[in-house]
Amino acid sequence: MTIHADRPVPETAVEDQAADVRRKFGISVEDYMLPARHQIQMVNPDGTLRSKEEQGTEPGHEYPTPDDAELLAAYERLVVGRRVNDQNSALVRQGRMAVYPSSHGQEACQVAAAMCLSEGDWLFPTYRDAVAVMTRGVDPVEVMTIFRGDWHGGYDPKEHNVGIQCTPLTTQLLHAVGVAHAAKLRGENTVVMAMCGDGATSEGDFHEALNFAAVFHLPVIFFVQNNKYAISVPLSHQSVAPSLAHKAVGYGMAGERVDGNDLVALLAVMDRAVKLAREGSGPLLIEAHTYRMQAHTNADDATRYRPESEVAEWQAKDPLTRMKAYLTDKGLLDDDANSRIADHAEAVATQLREGLGEDVPVQPMDLFKYVFSKPTPQLKEQSELLADELAREEGAK
Amino acid sequence: MTVTTSANGNVSAATASAAASAAATAEAAGPQSITMAKALNTAMADAMRADSSVLVFGEDVGRLGGVFRITDSLMAEFGEERCFDTPLAESGIVGMAVGMAINGMRPVIEMQFDAFAYPAFEQIVSHVAKMHNRTKGKLKMPMVIRVPYAGGIGGVEHHCDSSESYYAHTAGLKVYTPATVADGYRMLREAIDSDDPVMFMEPKKLYWSKDLVDLDALRAEHDAGTSTEGRAAVARPGTDATLIAYGPSVPTALAAAAAAAEEGRSLEVIDVRTIVPFDDETVCASVRKTGRAVVIAEAHGFASVSSEIVARVQERAFHYLAAPIRRVTGFDVPFPSPKLEHYYLPSVDRILDAVDDLQWED
Repeated sequence: MTIHADRPVPETAVEDQAADVRRKFGISVEDYMLPARHQIQMVNPDGTLRSKEEQGTEPGHEYPTPDDAELLAAYERLVVGRRVNDQNSALVRQGRMAVYPSSHGQEACQVAAAMCLSEGDWLFPTYRDAVAVMTRGVDPVEVMTIFRGDWHGGYDPKEHNVGIQCTPLTTQLLHAVGVAHAAKLRGENTVVMAMCGDGATSEGDFHEALNFAAVFHLPVIFFVQNNKYAISVPLSHQSVAPSLAHKAVGYGMAGERVDGNDLVALLAVMDRAVKLAREGSGPLLIEAHTYRMQAHTNADDATRYRPESEVAEWQAKDPLTRMKAYLTDKGLLDDDANSRIADHAEAVATQLREGLGEDVPVQPMDLFKYVFSKPTPQLKEQSELLADELAREEGAK
Repeated sequence: MTVTTSANGNVSAATASAAASAAATAEAAGPQSITMAKALNTAMADAMRADSSVLVFGEDVGRLGGVFRITDSLMAEFGEERCFDTPLAESGIVGMAVGMAINGMRPVIEMQFDAFAYPAFEQIVSHVAKMHNRTKGKLKMPMVIRVPYAGGIGGVEHHCDSSESYYAHTAGLKVYTPATVADGYRMLREAIDSDDPVMFMEPKKLYWSKDLVDLDALRAEHDAGTSTEGRAAVARPGTDATLIAYGPSVPTALAAAAAAAEEGRSLEVIDVRTIVPFDDETVCASVRKTGRAVVIAEAHGFASVSSEIVARVQERAFHYLAAPIRRVTGFDVPFPSPKLEHYYLPSVDRILDAVDDLQWED
């Protein structure tokens, strides 16, 4: 632990930032913070590469194209992510899992959010970000424990630096800010990815998290997956801002919008954001335009609030077919690679089927085990009561 | 213990600065007269010296030293990285503290006033209290949320809530509330050491109460690992009835016991100290001995910590009771305005009346 009392806090953070931006990008701090006029899109829905002029970049918003190896690795995770989503949805239909909020259609966002981070970085996901959590390296079956219903969380957040999946909206953004602040105080080079949806941007904690991150100048990337609906309520009822990315400007951070079904653009934008944050540029807000192809969860009937034609329109923008066409076109994807990737996805699906099909016995005494690290006499008393009941039950068998 | 709150109890700039100068008094060896404010301030400073992962933050805790000056001089000694002001946002303060605790820090945060903590309620209830449980013990939440609470200072609305029941009702939170200067030091050090989150309820009207304490002796006690958690204190021994009180009500209960003694009635006063965990043993041993009990709290009585105490004592000591347990609590009304709070707060007379109602044979 190295926190020194004598490390100065700059009084002129605003001036420093302006100078920094001018030096780096040759633009004003306002132009740096304002999102580019159009969302960043590098690959068309049909898989063809857009020309540099069409990509939506402007001075200060330029993004190098990710290299081939990164794109291929990302595609593999994309295919696995889709298979995971569909497998889990099937398991819910079979009654093997209580619920699964599928990110079918949003897999490119999930993959990019996890892939742009380094080992020591942190990721704070929502309940819909299971694919991002798995992409980060967490065991797929452990990720699904929360939805199977044997405990609220299934993995050790410290093993891969992934916060526990969060159901209350936006609260985890502040945890991300705290993790970043602690790391900064110790002089560590940690970047934190804080994920949320479009509905979550209406919550008070969204505002507090962005403001704190900006005021303390922390390396947090706020990644909003704008999938157009908060359960049934459309984006137009959440916000009338020009875009969710524009919200960044009010806090003094840069915002950017990107095609959330274009994995190439996502990786480019995210990689640059991580680099900037790690270099000390402070927080950034990235809004990805995507679409939740399926219902909010299996308890939801999406036909009540959105037209078929809208779903069909987004079907044509699918991140998987787009990436496959692009990579095939580039000569990076052949039959061998395709079948190898398909096998990998199938292996993960099998792992999920087997792991989630297994009837894991719950431990009743665990109820009391993790309330406090030092238990109270009251909890000891109550745990003895349950232990007695269990012993009697056992005796009666 | 001498309670030095002024008659009308108003927090004037003068009283606040008197507390501050008391806090800044150079330490002498041996017992000395210090305020609760100084004891709490010293506890934080000692904890920060002992462990560089201890951070203090909140609203106005830096340069100003807190609106009650409890964090006075911490920024000067430990720097702006370890004692700092945040933007004005309670949920932000608590939520950021959760992240800092996840990443190896021990945050001590101030909520400024009881009712100001409500915007942070979701973070406290859904994350601070549950993180350890949600992650099967993988993430601990070693943080202290300091809440200056309760009345008696003539504060305007939303500055005097007794919010302890909300927290005590939440599984996963420990709830401490000191009533003496020495306990202010002891219990805050212990709360900071705890790997579990502690709601540290500071009775504001006792910030300026003074007592003779030996800080070095308290430090030695702390280093020896002496524990107050789950250990109620017998604040005054007695034989005829038990007054059970905590935090701001303890001095009132002691004053009632002193008055009763003049009339020949010996009242034992129990200072609960930690509401969660609760010390059934000490409380019930006292009631078994005296056979009569009155529970005193400033908070509304309905569905409260005081109701819980009555229920627990009645479940464990029913056959020792000579009379039903009585409660003297705040009325079930929103905390009143300064000129009305006198009618609301448990008073010595109200306590003595309750004691008189305990079905005495004489």
